[in-house]
This record gives sequence, C-alpha cells and structure tokens, in this order.
Amino acid sequence: MERREFIKRMGGAAAAVVGTTAGAALLHNRDVLSGPKHATLPSYAVDLAPADTQMSIVTGTDVPAMVAAGFAGMGGIGKFVQRDDVVLVKANVAFDRPPQLAATTRPEVLTAVVTACREAGARKVIVADNPINQPASSFFKSGIKKAAEDAGAEIVYPYPSEFEELYIGGETLTTTWPMFYGPFKQATKVIGVAPLKDHNLCHASMTMKNWYGLLGGGRNRFHQDIHGIISDFPHMMKPTLVVLDGTRVLTRNGPTGGSLSDVADGNTLVMGVDMVAVDAYGYDLLRRIRGVGPSTVDYLEQAHARGLGTRDWRGLNYKESRV
Amino acid sequence: MKITRVRVASQAFFLLLFLFFAFVTQFSYLKGYPVSIFLEADPLVALATTITTHSLYRGLLWSLILIVPTLLLGRIFCGWICPYGTLHQFIAWLGTGMNTKRRLDANRYRSYFSTKYYILAAMAVAAIFGSLQIGWLDPIPMLARSLTVAVWPAIDSATGLIFMRPYVFQFSWVVGFILFGLLAMNVVIPRFFCRTLCPLGATLGILSRFSLWRIDRDHEKCTDCDLCKNFCEGASDPHLDLRKSECMVCMSCIEDCPEDALSFSFLPSPAREIREPDLARRKLIFSSLTGLLFIPFTRRSGAETTNFSKKVVRPPGSVAEPEFLERCIKCDQCLRVCPTNTLQPTMLEAGIQGIWTPIMNMRTGYCELNCTLCGQVCPTGAIQKISIAEKLGLGTYTEQGPVRVGTAFYDRGRCLPWAMDTPCVVCEEVCPVSPKAIYTRPKTVTDRYGEQVHLEQPHIDPMRCIGCGICEHECPVEDERAVRITAVGETRSKERRLLLDG
Repeated sequence: MERREFIKRMGGAAAAVVGTTAGAALLHNRDVLSGPKHATLPSYAVDLAPADTQMSIVTGTDVPAMVAAGFAGMGGIGKFVQRDDVVLVKANVAFDRPPQLAATTRPEVLTAVVTACREAGARKVIVADNPINQPASSFFKSGIKKAAEDAGAEIVYPYPSEFEELYIGGETLTTTWPMFYGPFKQATKVIGVAPLKDHNLCHASMTMKNWYGLLGGGRNRFHQDIHGIISDFPHMMKPTLVVLDGTRVLTRNGPTGGSLSDVADGNTLVMGVDMVAVDAYGYDLLRRIRGVGPSTVDYLEQAHARGLGTRDWRGLNYKESRV
Repeated sequence: MKITRVRVASQAFFLLLFLFFAFVTQFSYLKGYPVSIFLEADPLVALATTITTHSLYRGLLWSLILIVPTLLLGRIFCGWICPYGTLHQFIAWLGTGMNTKRRLDANRYRSYFSTKYYILAAMAVAAIFGSLQIGWLDPIPMLARSLTVAVWPAIDSATGLIFMRPYVFQFSWVVGFILFGLLAMNVVIPRFFCRTLCPLGATLGILSRFSLWRIDRDHEKCTDCDLCKNFCEGASDPHLDLRKSECMVCMSCIEDCPEDALSFSFLPSPAREIREPDLARRKLIFSSLTGLLFIPFTRRSGAETTNFSKKVVRPPGSVAEPEFLERCIKCDQCLRVCPTNTLQPTMLEAGIQGIWTPIMNMRTGYCELNCTLCGQVCPTGAIQKISIAEKLGLGTYTEQGPVRVGTAFYDRGRCLPWAMDTPCVVCEEVCPVSPKAIYTRPKTVTDRYGEQVHLEQPHIDPMRCIGCGICEHECPVEDERAVRITAVGETRSKERRLLLDG
C-alpha cells in the first residue's frame, strides 16, 4: 500500500469516528421539550389629557354619521390615529352569517371606522379575526370582507403561521396561550369593533369579549371560567379605542342568533378608551332592550374590582350626541 | 406541425384544466367554474349511474361529447384528453430510461391487458343490481379523489398554502400510495394502469368497435421494422393487425414509421383489424359472477339496512342509503369543497360497498349551516343539489322542515356540567339554529370542597336539532366528545327517523 493511500484511508476513518462522536456529544440531552419562547403585547393606548373625552355615546339611525359623530365626540380620530400608523381593526367575524342577523360586526360600522383611519393618514388598516366558523366563508357572508376591502383595508386570515404563544399573565389565563399574533407584528394602533349581542353563558358579548376571537388553541376550555377569561382581556389588551356597535342588537339566542326575530334596533353606538365602561353602558342598553336579565354581569364586576377599568361610566368624561 | 405535438398540447391543456378545477373547488376560489365537468363528461359515470338509477342525472348529459367522438374516431379520450392517462404517460416519459429495444418490448400487447374488461364486467353486473363500484378504478373520480384526499393535503403540509385551517383525511395514505404505486408502475410497463386496469378505457374500447376511422398499415410499404411500437400508448400492435379496442389514437406510430406506411384512415379494410377486445368466455363468466356475488356477500352485512353504522352520517341532501350507493362514484368532490373538513372518505364504516364515499366526522369539522356546496358539486345526485331554504326548511319548505343529517346525544358521564360540577356549555353557544336546539337547565350544587357551583346542564331538543355537529366539534372533551352526532333521525331515511312526528 502506498503511503498516500494509507494516509487517505486512515484519515477518512478518523474523520468518520470524530464526526460521529462530536455529533453525539452535541445532541446529547439537548433540551428540546421546553416550550417555545413567547411574545408579549405592548400597550396601544394613547395618552389623553385629564380633560379629554373618554367615552362618546351617539344615538341615531344614520350609521356612517353616527361613527363620525362618535369620533368627533372623542375629540377627533386624529387624536388616536396619525400619519403612517398601521391600524389593526379587530372586528367580530365569528360566524358564517349574513350581517342582518347581527351575529357579527355591522359592515357599515366597519367601513366608517376604516375610512376614518385612512383619512387620518393611516398607512395601512388591517382587519382580522379568528372565527368559530370557517374563516373565508365567515368573512365573506358576514359582509366584512367586502366592507373592509372596499374601504381600503387588508384582511389577515388566521392561517396557522399567524399564531404565536403569547404571555398573558392574567388571573384565569395565568401563563401563555397561542394567539392570532401575526397582525400585531406590524400594528401600531389597535381598535376593537364589536357588536352588542346576547350571550348564553356570559349574558352579553361586547368589546371585552371581542378579544376572545384572538385566541387560538383549545379556547373552548375557557367556558369553564367565562367571566374570569373575559375580565383578563382588559389586562391582556390595551387597545387604542373600542367601538361598541349597538345600532342593531342581537337580543336573544346569542351569540349565534339565526333569526331576524332575534334582532332589535338599538340605534346606539359607543366609543371609548375604557372597554369596561363601554361594556357597562352596553349591558345596560341590552338589558333595557330585552327587558330581562341580572342587573350586572360578573366579568364587569371582576374587571372593575381588578382596577382594569370602571363599570361606573358616568364617572368618566363622556359626551352624548344625537344624529 | 407534427400531429403528436398537437396531441401533447391537448393532453397538457386538459391535465392543467383538470388540476385547475380540482384546485379551485374550494370556498375561497369559487366563482361559478364548472368544477365537476370532467366527472360529468365521464362516459362510464354516465353509463353506470344510468344502469343503477335508470336515469341520467343533470350534467351527465355532457358525457355525449365524449361518447359520440369515440363512436366515430376510437379512444381519442385516452390518448388526447384523459388527465390521469396524461399523468401516466408523463411519468413514463420522465422515468423509464428505456432504450428502443426495451421500449419495443414494453409496448407490445400482452394478454393480461384484457383484465380491464373483466373488471368492467364485474362492475357492470354489480351496477345492474344497484351497487355502483366503478369509482374504485374509473380514472376521473380516482384522480379527483387522489388529489383531494392525498395530494393537496400533502402539498399543504409542505407549504401551508392551500388550507386556512389544515385539512385531515382518514387513511389518506391508502389513497396516496395507490396513486403513487400506479404511477410508479410506468417504470415497468408504460401506462400500466390504462392498459390493464382502467374500466373507462375498457368501456371506450368496446365503443370504439364502431369507429369509422382507425390507424391503418400499408402492407406494401411496411418493412416490419416494428418502430411503430416505439411510443405506442395503447400497446395496440400497429405492426400487426391493429387491436382497435386498445388503440388510444395517440398517432405516435404514424410519426415513428420511417416508411410512411401508417395513416389514420377512413373506413379501412375490416380484414386487417382486431375489432373486439380479446376476451375469454369463461373468464367473462367468472368475472360477471364476481360482480353478481358481490351483491349478496356485501349486503348480508346489513350495512345499509338493519346493521347500519351510527357513524354513517351523510352530508345534507344525500338520498337514502341504498340510493346513495347507486349514485356515489367516490370522487370526493364534496370532501374537497366542504369548507369545514367534516367530510371524510369512508373506509369500512358504510360497508365495503361504501368505501371512499363521504361521511361526516364532527371532530374534524361540522356542517356549516348556510352551506350546500357538497350538493352543488356532486356530479351524480348522491347528494342532491338543494338550496339553503330547502336545507333549513324555510319559505316553501317550512312544511317539510329542515334537512336533518343525524341527531346529537349527550354523554352525561363525560359532560363537564353533568359529570364534573364544572360550567361549560360551549355546545349551546355554538348551536346555530334559532331557537337553539340545545337548551340548559340551571342547577346549583355544592361541590366536594363545599363550594356552591352554578351550573347550566345542557339538553337536546330533537325537534330542533339538525345534526350539524358543531356542538360535538366545539366540545372541549377532545377525544370522545361529551355530545355526539349519530345517524338516527336523518331526514333521508324513513326507517331511521327518531321522532313520531319528526
């Protein structure tokens, strides 16, 4: 055997031995089971002066004018959305239902909100939700897809790649949970636009419950402590603004509805920076319309007690207007 | 321009068109495309469902646009149109690595190629007695099924681009490996499936006996070099007396002949052709007997009568089970279009006759209330084309009521408010009918730790329940759900009703 070949073969064998051993040493007991790293949500709230309006209540029947009046009452959209902002609008698109059944955000309200953001100079408006029913058909049949796209917003659908583990650290959701986080990576402002609805288990689904639609994973387990999870939302999410759409109200058989006889005119739209206050107002309205129900709901009490907002909306700077 | 170039262009066009329609058979892309047109134009689908149902359903009249040219020109469908055949030809072209000598041998006729006629005979006899089994091997339903159940999900798992919420299909691997295995056979024998197994090719082979045109060889010019076999798709022996039933009219022989001895001729001499398939009477009798015996052997399990499975929850608009088995071609278009992934390809739940037919699995999905897409794409009326009003029992359908696919039942040993003093009722929240079919009764209990717990315990109102299964789908008891849909109470069957006045 030639020397050259001897060296080549010895070298080859040695490289194989060293390579295998090094590989084993590198992989040995590597920690692959610890959970993934988690994201956190910043606050999207804007600083308001003490004299600024915190809640704006509009009654009327002309939906676009009501939204405009709502923003005017808050001191103008310009207070909340500025040039180059990317605004995430979290609508409620939970169900594959026509908008007349009031199980989803009213498209006219969404259009008016998106348009206002665009006019305030927002670079981009994103509309997103993780529906209970099939996402494409829910966005389509609820009229949200058309309303959003016509107004110049972009829809982000809940593809699996949009979900990330989010740290919440609340009382019911104490650690992390998979969340529809993708749209938040680009958002600089967040606006929740929720319909006022009856809800079988928690009595009313409004702006706080609306954030439930961002959860992924086995979110149906939270019904075991529905009030706890809803009162965690004002802890988890500090939005720029919330809009409660009580122009058309699902008064019973909620949150799905399914019949026009379940829907009543509410002729009211509420905006505010404190979702607990907005929902407290909304719950009173719902109770007034349907004429029954307990005087308050647990999740409002819990959120109030935790200092995440106030259920005593009359104590805020609020403006009422009529169009 | 070479005629085979035109043929390849035609094949590519129809394959791409098929793939396009198969891809857009999904809610997000629906724009009124005729997505089931290949299935509707499939002559075997038309013939076999006419045998089983004595009627030609809706779009199946389109089959005439393939049957008539076959009667005049021979199996041009196989050579020029069939997307599954094109796929096989493409794999053979890509992957054989055969030299001319090997190819000339691979492309000669073999007696076992007549197997497809015996398969067709067995299927036809079964069809006469009301069992439609062509879907096992008819290439159009088979390719549609393979794409739906195996190919798109596989592409989605690699790219995440196809489904918003990833679809799962039980026994996807069976369908996937059948497709892969048959395609791989091209390495041994080009177009093995087409030549040996295809019952549609067999049907067209029989029809082509009448054709006025065929490939004809000029004996004066022919030097017996056999090069005409070089790319002969059908292995129809153009170098001898042409086997008319096998010829796919691919025209390769015309081009490959160095002597210009072959042509596609009008009314050539009947003396130089083998007009009919090469069939042995005994084999034909035994294969027909197989089809005949299939009926008592499979039906004695009672899968469609007294011993029916609770899991056979058919999509809304489905006809009763015996009629369903006369119509379903196992193409799984309904599975593809279903927006929730509730439809699954049956394995043995509906008996061996029902393999790959659609059943609803409420863990993988549920029936979307305002949706009747499955019936819109069904080419044979196994799932009838119904309107939303008919499905929901609205307007003129108020009298007959909604279409029920089954009924929900609570398993009180697994339901949190019933068994574990724990609030829940997600099922009631998602129940889509108004008024809800799920109602609750309040109950306050003192749990084992002495705490007062307010519970809402759910119940089903069977008059309202339509069996959509969203309650089961959303139930947090993930493995065996605490509320489950079974087939009883389904509208399509008088025998399986539940209520006296339902």
